[in-house]
This record gives sequence, C-alpha cells and structure tokens, in this order.
Amino acid sequence: MSDKGRFGIHGGQYISETLMNELIKLEEAYEHYKNDPEFNAELQKLLNEYAGRPSLLYYAEKMTKDLGGAKIYLKREDLNHTGSHKINNVLGQALLAKKMGKTRLIAETGAGQHGVATATAAALLGMECEIFMGKEDTERQALNVYRMELLGAKVNAVTTGTMTLKDAVNDAMREWSNRVEDTHYCLGSVMGPHPFPTIVRDFQSVISKEARAQILEAEGKLPAAVIACVGGGSNAMGAFYNFIPDKEVELIGCEAGGRGVDTPETAATIATGSLGIFHGMKSYFCQDKYGQIAPVYSISAGLDYPGIGPEHAYLHDIGRAKYVPITDEEAVNAFEYLSRTEGIIPAIESAHAVAQAMKIAKDYPKDSSIIICVSGRGDKDVAAIARYRGVDLHD
Amino acid sequence: MKHLLNNKISKAFDTSNKKAFIGFLTAGDPDADSSVKFILEMAKAGCDLIEIGIPFSDPTAEGVVIQEANIRSLSNGMTTDGVFDIVRRVRQESDIPLCFMTYANPVFHYGYDEFFSKCEELGVDGIIVPDMPFEEKEEMEGPANAHNVAVISMVSPTSEDRIKNIARQADGFIYVVSSMGVTGVRNEIKTDLDSIIAHIREVTDTPCAIGFGISTPEQAKEMASKSDGAIVGSAIVRIIEKYGKEAAPYLYDYIKSMKDSVASVN
Repeated sequence: MSDKGRFGIHGGQYISETLMNELIKLEEAYEHYKNDPEFNAELQKLLNEYAGRPSLLYYAEKMTKDLGGAKIYLKREDLNHTGSHKINNVLGQALLAKKMGKTRLIAETGAGQHGVATATAAALLGMECEIFMGKEDTERQALNVYRMELLGAKVNAVTTGTMTLKDAVNDAMREWSNRVEDTHYCLGSVMGPHPFPTIVRDFQSVISKEARAQILEAEGKLPAAVIACVGGGSNAMGAFYNFIPDKEVELIGCEAGGRGVDTPETAATIATGSLGIFHGMKSYFCQDKYGQIAPVYSISAGLDYPGIGPEHAYLHDIGRAKYVPITDEEAVNAFEYLSRTEGIIPAIESAHAVAQAMKIAKDYPKDSSIIICVSGRGDKDVAAIARYRGVDLHD
Repeated sequence: MKHLLNNKISKAFDTSNKKAFIGFLTAGDPDADSSVKFILEMAKAGCDLIEIGIPFSDPTAEGVVIQEANIRSLSNGMTTDGVFDIVRRVRQESDIPLCFMTYANPVFHYGYDEFFSKCEELGVDGIIVPDMPFEEKEEMEGPANAHNVAVISMVSPTSEDRIKNIARQADGFIYVVSSMGVTGVRNEIKTDLDSIIAHIREVTDTPCAIGFGISTPEQAKEMASKSDGAIVGSAIVRIIEKYGKEAAPYLYDYIKSMKDSVASVN
C-alpha cells in the first residue's frame, strides 16, 4: 500500500492504468499552482467578485430562542453564486484545468448543484462541458438539468445501475479514461483517487477559514460544534477543516439515513457500511457480504451515495469527527422548520445538518454556539418536498 | 519476473511458438451451468487461457456489453462463491490456464488471503484487477503470490514512462490495453502498440497479450503479430448475450476462427 494520498488506511489511487499518468500530472500541476501567487490571486478574485465570497455567518436568533440552547449560526453557502458550496471547488479546479491546457470539463452530479456549478465555470472560462447525471436524478431534479443546458453544457442521463450518483461517477470515469488529452474530470466531492480528496478539501476549506474568523469576531470564542451534511462529504470537509486542530470543537457529519438505518433504504455509510475499495479510494462503503456496492437511497439526490470521502473515514476512525444518520422525515421537518422560522429555504441535503442541530442545541449552554453549514439553497427541492407531503403541484 | 510454483500461465504462451488466444466471459451470464459449459467449449475451441470475470456491481473499466453481462449475472444471483464453484466444476474436466478478472472490492471484501487460498486450491493461475494499478498492487500481490497466483499488470496507451517499471515487475503475462477508454468492440485500433511492446521488451521477456477492442480474426491476427497473443472479451460476451444458454456452438465456431487466425502468425 503506497502512502500517497492516504488518510490513515483510507484513500489511495485505485484507478485504471489509463488514468494514472493523468492523476500524476494533475497532482504535479496542483502542487505547483497551489503555491503560485498569481493563480491564487486569480482564484480569490473569482471567489470574491463572481461567487460572492465571503459568505455570511448568520446568527439565527429565532431558531436559537426556539431551540433554547446554544446560539445557532448558519454558514450561508446557499448565498454563493449557483446556490451552493460546489462553486468553491469548481472555480479552483476549472482554473487549474485551464492552466493545464485543458479545454473541456466533465463532471458527475447528484442533485445537480455540482453540475450547475461546473457548467457555470465552463461558461465563464470558455470551456466545453459535459455532465453525467443518473436518469433518476434527472427526473428528480429536472429544473437543474435545464439550468445546465442553459449554461451550454451537455447533460448525459446515465441509465446503468441504480441510475443515481454512483452511476454518474462510473460514467464520468469511463468518459475520462476515453479522453484525457483535452479533458479534466472536475470531481465534485472529497472522494475518488488521490489527489482529488486533497484538492477538493483545500478548495472547500475556505468555508471553515471564513467561519472560524467570523465566529471569533462575533462570539469572541470558538463554537462548541460544527454540523454539516455528508454524502461524499465536500461541504463537511470544508466546514470542518480549519477547526480540526481546535480539539474542543465538536465536528458532526450528518449522513442520509433515508427511511432508517435499520432498512435497506438508506445511504448512511458510517452507520451501515464497511471498509472497501471503490471509485479510486479505500474508505467505507455500503455493500453486501461479497463486496457488491449497495443500491442506496435518500430523499436527497446529493447524499444518495454509497461511500464517504477517505478523510472523513479517517476522522471517524480517530474519533475526531462524529457521524450521525438523519432520516428523510427528520430532514423534511428541518427543511420546513428553517423555512418558517428564519425565512431560509435550505437544500434538502443541508436540512440534514439543520435536523441534527434541532436535536442537540438544547443540550448546550446558552453562551456556547453551534455553526450549521447551510451548503445550498432549497429552491431545487421544493417540488420534491411537495410530493413528499402529498401536495400535487401543477406547472 | 517472479517464478510462481505450478503456475500454468506460461503454458498458454508456450505452445510450440504459436501465439496465444485468450478469451473472456463473465461468470454466471446467464447462469452457472451455462458458464461451466461455455468455458469448456472455449477451451475445446482453442483458447489458450480463459479469463473468468467475477461480476461486480460497478465495473468502471467496462463498456456497455460487459457492464450488461455483469448485471445479468448478478441479478441471477451469482456470487464470488458461486464463481469458485464454477471453476471447481471446470477443473474436473480441464486443466486450461485460468485467470480471474474482477475489481478490487470483491477480492478485498472476501479477504485477500482467503480469496487467493481458494484460487490456489482450485488452480486459478492469475488475476486481473483494472482498479489496482502499479502503485497499489502490493497489498494484493503479497497474498496472491503466497498462494502462487500471479497479479497481471496492465500497460495502457497513456502509460509512457511508467511502462518499464510496470514491465520489470510483471508476472504471468502483460495485458497491453490497445485503446483509450473502456472495453468494447472497436472498428480501428490506432495506438502505437509496436512502440509500447518495444519498451516492454527492453526490460523483460514476460509475454505480452493485447486486449480491448478486438473482435475480428483480422484484428486478432494483427495484434498477435505485434505481441504474444490477443485477448477478446466483448465480442464473446455479445455472442452469449445473443444466444443465451444456447451459445456454446456459436462460441466454438467464433473462437476456433479467432484461434486459427492467431495461430497463423509465426
């Protein structure tokens, strides 16, 4: 086992030989540009002037009073251009790809947020763009498909397997191995083969870099806990990263429990998965006793993934972060709660983190604080929530 | 190259200087009984080595034809233990060299030591794992070699300066990937395979077989003339897809024509 790109026993580069040299070139380019002042200035300019960073850290006063415990702060990644944290990573990778001489971006997407962000960056930087999305997700998130097409991207509906996020990753990998010369695979989460988990984490760590300074400014001390939803885990990794050395800050990742972790209709990897090798990495995966990847389920297309990024698996192993499952029902309740209480409609993914805060806030003293990463906005989910509640929306 | 005990792979490349023909099928497609019959028929028709695919839910290196074979096999209930049972039945009638072809996770999850000890017991000579590249193969190769199973290395059109390192440590044979992308039938193979093979030859005499995209006797002959053999997967799986349980005679005819073509190369 090579120690390259390892987080404890997790990570690595379990990928076809055809892609190995491309990953090595990507790593070399990243190692060079991450220390290049010109690259960083260019990226910072895009983040500030195009994506709208820094994002707000909003004190949710009504929610705080209602829950009766720790002060609740919301890290408003939903206010970024394109409506989620995905743009942080995409702008970084797209700029890197451009420096590498690539002219085309491909990406997988679940809920469509990463696909929209990638299509946006491609439009801005004048690159060709092709998105792979499970057919089931193209139906659940039809609006996002049209958004991507508006932005000039081609959207491929993936009809293999469970027709969701993992199948979209499979097809994006297949396409990349077919065409590496001019194409960068803009992976959307802290997963896949090295160097992706590190690159994506670094580009997303802006979330905790800002949040840490913002909470110190507002409260004069660190938060008691940081809570974020976890599918592959990019917003959570970004929200946790700069707090990892602050041992007193609890880090809580919220997995998609689906219809419950005691049912097969779940995507909670830490709660129900086991160690495996898939999508280029060693980590925890939902799988059967023969190592066949399980057909997972969640109401949230963005968390509907049978694995978790290798650095999260490591944080779990060493006990630095805790991972808890949140059911569909809890997430939908939290979706409605935040909408009514604070006038903020969160993505159904982010609502998983809100649900955990609703459960635990009262256990913390009133002079402590909790940061919830609101990773995206919920406009895309309104129709699905209506369906969940049995409301028939006519267009 | 290490020398594994009683490993039959070298036999596949040592039939009085004739080139090798290697055939692939997915175990359990459409069912276990058919797989046993097909493997024996393929051996009879002239395959020098047979690659048996252990189905995986997410075969990321495969094109549509083999992806669908994986789905057919798994949805008919095939498991890793079921594949071992297929090999056990084949071994009662044939000592043809056999390799498994699968993905890292089914082997890892079974337990490397337990998996390769079964391979040794049943006489499986090698394993091809497309998501276990040079940098990572050590964790699998240790237990595999301890049970006299070769981990087959792959070289691809993008391997460039990696070719020599891969070739130096290769066991059994070297799987030269003819084209970019995934498995599947191709009309044309454009990679400069002569140069890849020449780089390999500078550092090792381990046999090289070319696979990915080969379906016609003409292609097989051309690939065999550049190397030590040709590997065919998707074209065989397509016959199984088309004829289902009745595929045996069609497999025989196809493989015989391919083997004859490969064998005509000196």
